[in-house]
Amino acid sequence: MQTAINLHNISVQYRAPEERIGTFKEYAIRLLQKKIKHKTFLALNDISLEIKEGDTFGILGRNGAGKSTLLKVISRVLAPTKGRVQIRGRVSPLLELGAGFHPELTGRENIFLNGALLGHSYHEIEARLESIIKFSEIEGFIEAPIRTYSTGMVARLGFAVATAWKPEILILDEVLSVGDEAFQQKCQIKLDELRSGNVTTILVSHNVNTMQALCTRAIWLDHGEVRASGDAARVIQIYKEQNL
Amino acid sequence: MSKNTDLFEYDNAKRIHPALEELRGIIQYKDLVFQLIRRDIISRYKRSALGVAWTMLQPLGMMIILSIVFSNLFHAVRGYPVYILSGLLAWTFFSQTTTAAVIQIVWGATLFHRIYLPRTSFPVSAIGTGLVNLILGLIPLFFILLATGVPITWNILFLPVGILLLTAFALGIALILSTAAVYFPDVAEMYQVVLLGWMYLTPIIYPEDILPEPLRFWLTSFNPMYYLIKIFHAVIYSGELPSLRILLVGSFVSFATLAVGWLFFSKKADEFTYYI
Repeated sequence: MQTAINLHNISVQYRAPEERIGTFKEYAIRLLQKKIKHKTFLALNDISLEIKEGDTFGILGRNGAGKSTLLKVISRVLAPTKGRVQIRGRVSPLLELGAGFHPELTGRENIFLNGALLGHSYHEIEARLESIIKFSEIEGFIEAPIRTYSTGMVARLGFAVATAWKPEILILDEVLSVGDEAFQQKCQIKLDELRSGNVTTILVSHNVNTMQALCTRAIWLDHGEVRASGDAARVIQIYKEQNL
Repeated sequence: MSKNTDLFEYDNAKRIHPALEELRGIIQYKDLVFQLIRRDIISRYKRSALGVAWTMLQPLGMMIILSIVFSNLFHAVRGYPVYILSGLLAWTFFSQTTTAAVIQIVWGATLFHRIYLPRTSFPVSAIGTGLVNLILGLIPLFFILLATGVPITWNILFLPVGILLLTAFALGIALILSTAAVYFPDVAEMYQVVLLGWMYLTPIIYPEDILPEPLRFWLTSFNPMYYLIKIFHAVIYSGELPSLRILLVGSFVSFATLAVGWLFFSKKADEFTYYI
């Protein structure tokens, strides 16, 4: 089994928000007064982990534990302050459904725009166009500008574009709830289909039960540090003992 | 497990120089640049009755107003409308694209937090949109040339060189500005003031020979836009080739600005998600 994700001693250091200098004027004044102090905050502290190809890997932790930051490092959105990142395979985006859509463009035009944002070529998008439209169930409105869509329609279209290509590494952040119950079921089937084969899945959730059902290995993050890692059942056990 | 040779691999210990990485990225994401340009053009005109015609009508309207206001003042300038319009097209391209790049990078920031994109996609597409507008703007210019009787010479074929240099310079400035805007959001506001002053200090609506001597030397020699607009004036308005000096200085300034901008932007691009 090959390694899909390998993180060595990853640290991410943010500058504390209250110390951020917003304007150039403020910066110039502070520079003259020599008052620039950097308060920092470690979002991730020396994290090392290895995820094997085809594994379903869970990330447990409370809000602010560093889960999102870790996902950002894995999806190459955030360059860590320290440490080495090795990724094998395409990572599915952390796209909030519909981010990047333009209200004035039609559904069809937005599919091309969104597909291109996800890194797909014009021809790749054209090849999937029909199935995306069909999945999102907005055939009748595909030539109308997106600003006329309901929230549910936008979310459905966003989901359809984001899941049209099968990634090698799939990130599932929280529970996806799109549209009505029937559509949610359709989403679940689609996600199961994406997870099938040799796809590596990273699951982030507060829900210990979902995680127990799906994950083989897991990590528990707390204040940017690893509290436990390894076999999912064992990590969940430790997490439960300490938290519940 | 069979070895999949074209599997995407990433290792932050083996990254190439950021400037090259961005260049490679933008070539890979060329369809995104195309889609962003398309989005900008479609969304700008979708709700207007005249649509893309506004791209042509805007500089034309400006030219008509300026001609009426200033033609008595500069009546010695033959074919004044052509003089204004040729310079104005170049200036509008520069001010619009650089401003748009700053806005786009702030808009793009929400995406930078979610997906990997070559960060240069936004400044590059802003320039692309401007190029489409500039080329459309040349159509009414052609009619004004005919209407005013300003002769069109073969030297107009040299115009693409002028456009190329202007594009390089605008992209360089756009990259520097949008990087600065990530760290200091009020750069966008400050830049608008700078643009206004810069425009009046560049001979666009007035001929350069009305400037008194010491001032003329300073305003022309150290103003990159002077050289670039001079090329537009030469090939469109005067029907001549630009002088070698103008061309050499213009090329040097444009490509140097582009190189500095590209290096600066790509070097800082990894930090963007920490700031916005």
